[in-house]
Amino acid sequence: MAKPMTMSQKILAYHAGKEYVEPGDLIFANVDLVLGNDVTTPVAIKEFEKIGIDRVFDKDKIAIVPDHFTPNKDIKSAQQCKMVREFAKKYEITNYFEVGEMGIEHALLPEKGLVVPGDLVIGADSHTCTYGALGAFSTGIGSTDMACAMATGKCWFKVPEAIKFVLYGKKTGWTSGKDIILHIIGMIGVDGALYKSMEYTGEGLKSLSMDDRFTIANMAIEAGAKNGIFEVDEKTIEYVKHHSTKPYKIFKADEDAEYSEVYEIDISKIKPTVAFPHLPENTKTIDEITEKIYIDQVVIGSCTNGRIEDLRIAAKILKGRKVKKGLRCIIFPATQNIYKQALKEGLIEIFIDAGCVVSTPTCGPCLGGHMGILADGEKALATTNRNFVGRMGHPNSEVYLSSPAIAAASAVLGYIGSPEELGMKGDEE
Amino acid sequence: MIFKGKAHKYYDNIDTDVIIPARYLNTSDPNELAKHCLEDLDKEFVNKVQKGDILVAGKNFGCGSSREHAPIAIKACGVSCVVAKSFARIFYRNAINIGLPIVECEEAVDGIEAGDEVEVDLVNGIIKNLTKGKEFKAKPFPEFMQNIMKAGGLIEFVKGELKKDA
Repeated sequence: MAKPMTMSQKILAYHAGKEYVEPGDLIFANVDLVLGNDVTTPVAIKEFEKIGIDRVFDKDKIAIVPDHFTPNKDIKSAQQCKMVREFAKKYEITNYFEVGEMGIEHALLPEKGLVVPGDLVIGADSHTCTYGALGAFSTGIGSTDMACAMATGKCWFKVPEAIKFVLYGKKTGWTSGKDIILHIIGMIGVDGALYKSMEYTGEGLKSLSMDDRFTIANMAIEAGAKNGIFEVDEKTIEYVKHHSTKPYKIFKADEDAEYSEVYEIDISKIKPTVAFPHLPENTKTIDEITEKIYIDQVVIGSCTNGRIEDLRIAAKILKGRKVKKGLRCIIFPATQNIYKQALKEGLIEIFIDAGCVVSTPTCGPCLGGHMGILADGEKALATTNRNFVGRMGHPNSEVYLSSPAIAAASAVLGYIGSPEELGMKGDEE
Repeated sequence: MIFKGKAHKYYDNIDTDVIIPARYLNTSDPNELAKHCLEDLDKEFVNKVQKGDILVAGKNFGCGSSREHAPIAIKACGVSCVVAKSFARIFYRNAINIGLPIVECEEAVDGIEAGDEVEVDLVNGIIKNLTKGKEFKAKPFPEFMQNIMKAGGLIEFVKGELKKDA
């Protein structure tokens, strides 16, 4: 009798060519995709060159997306991107995406169909865990791992224990995937899933769109997790069929698989949630915020919340309204396709009419790179994933995290608040 | 692998953004990165730290970004070893991969104050607070990771493996 395994155990075992792997096992496994960006790839290239080989393991299984400091913000970043571009050319990397065709990596790769259920993906970017939404095992690694994987197609892994999240009920009001993951991080803490896998299952998944799931998987790292992974259902298959021709494989957890913890969460009870500085675990629900927190900037976008549904919600709230005088509202569609879709639907015009700035896809302000840096003492509300000290600019600035609905409403109000304060009910269609 | 130096102590959840802020990530030169190590947490750190010193921190050290620039900056500014209650996982593997020695030991962190003279024996997992005359036992590194560290990091390890295949 085969021993029971979780989704993550099964994917790792399969890619290591083993029948069974146990939490704690150290294994080498074959990867389906290796990802890097313009910050992490330059370090990987230097390490790759030390290995002394003149080929990559598979030019079709490496993706390089210069998205952090692009379009280049200064000479040094231009030099880094040049180095990456030349590497991609030399090794004929199929999935190198130049400015003009690129997007924020974690929105771009699923959109391009480069990740499918059952894949083992590593990326030199911590939010690589996003693809768990598709039922893939995907995790962030460093540049040296990226270099070695580009050379060998393999990476070392410690098989993680898993925490099971059984979701039930349906989202209500303005609640979105972002509120669910902020709620979970608030509950278990920023190291609540350290070294572990977060597995999502339950009938509550039905009420979550793919965009909700990408957001939830994206922030697994903010709870310290190795990966976040969703059980594959019809919605996943539908998404994959629309985006990819790659063959996929569904790994379902065994009924009697062992978990270190099991949480049952009624998502109908989760309210819009905001994370206060300087950790994603410092959460309060919107109705627990009694004081008025005035903000200088709102950022809607990033690999967490720059997808089309996010922009639609923001536009619904900003339509016919104006951003509070003196406040900056910056909007980043995550990919060129999302940008185009937003144009087609008239969302961009709504944003501009409301007084927002709309940017080309870039990670820019999320990590204090460019396109929206905060000054000393300024406060921002962002749909991004981190609110660490100095994350968006000056070390004395503050970042609050929320969903696009709360962010858009707050841009109009001038302080952190809900669309209900603008007279908008969440369940109205 | 035995390291000896003065302890610099910080709290829980020291993230990679404060270890090396993103505004310096437009370079990957270790010496440039070293100049800004822990700048947003303690402006004086890079002036205080001396070659061989030991960084001591609470739980979840290195949480956040995958930027290898973080362990690179720590190593390049002279730190010989990091002792923490726990490490964030990407930081943990990056440190192993680039050969920055790290040890997890809650008791040692609680038993060390900033400025104490500390000795770390990585192979046997023994941490000594020489100033206070206390000794702590950490879990020794798994053999798998010792092999990577012994080879001098993952690159050298992989070079060895590729030669075996050839």
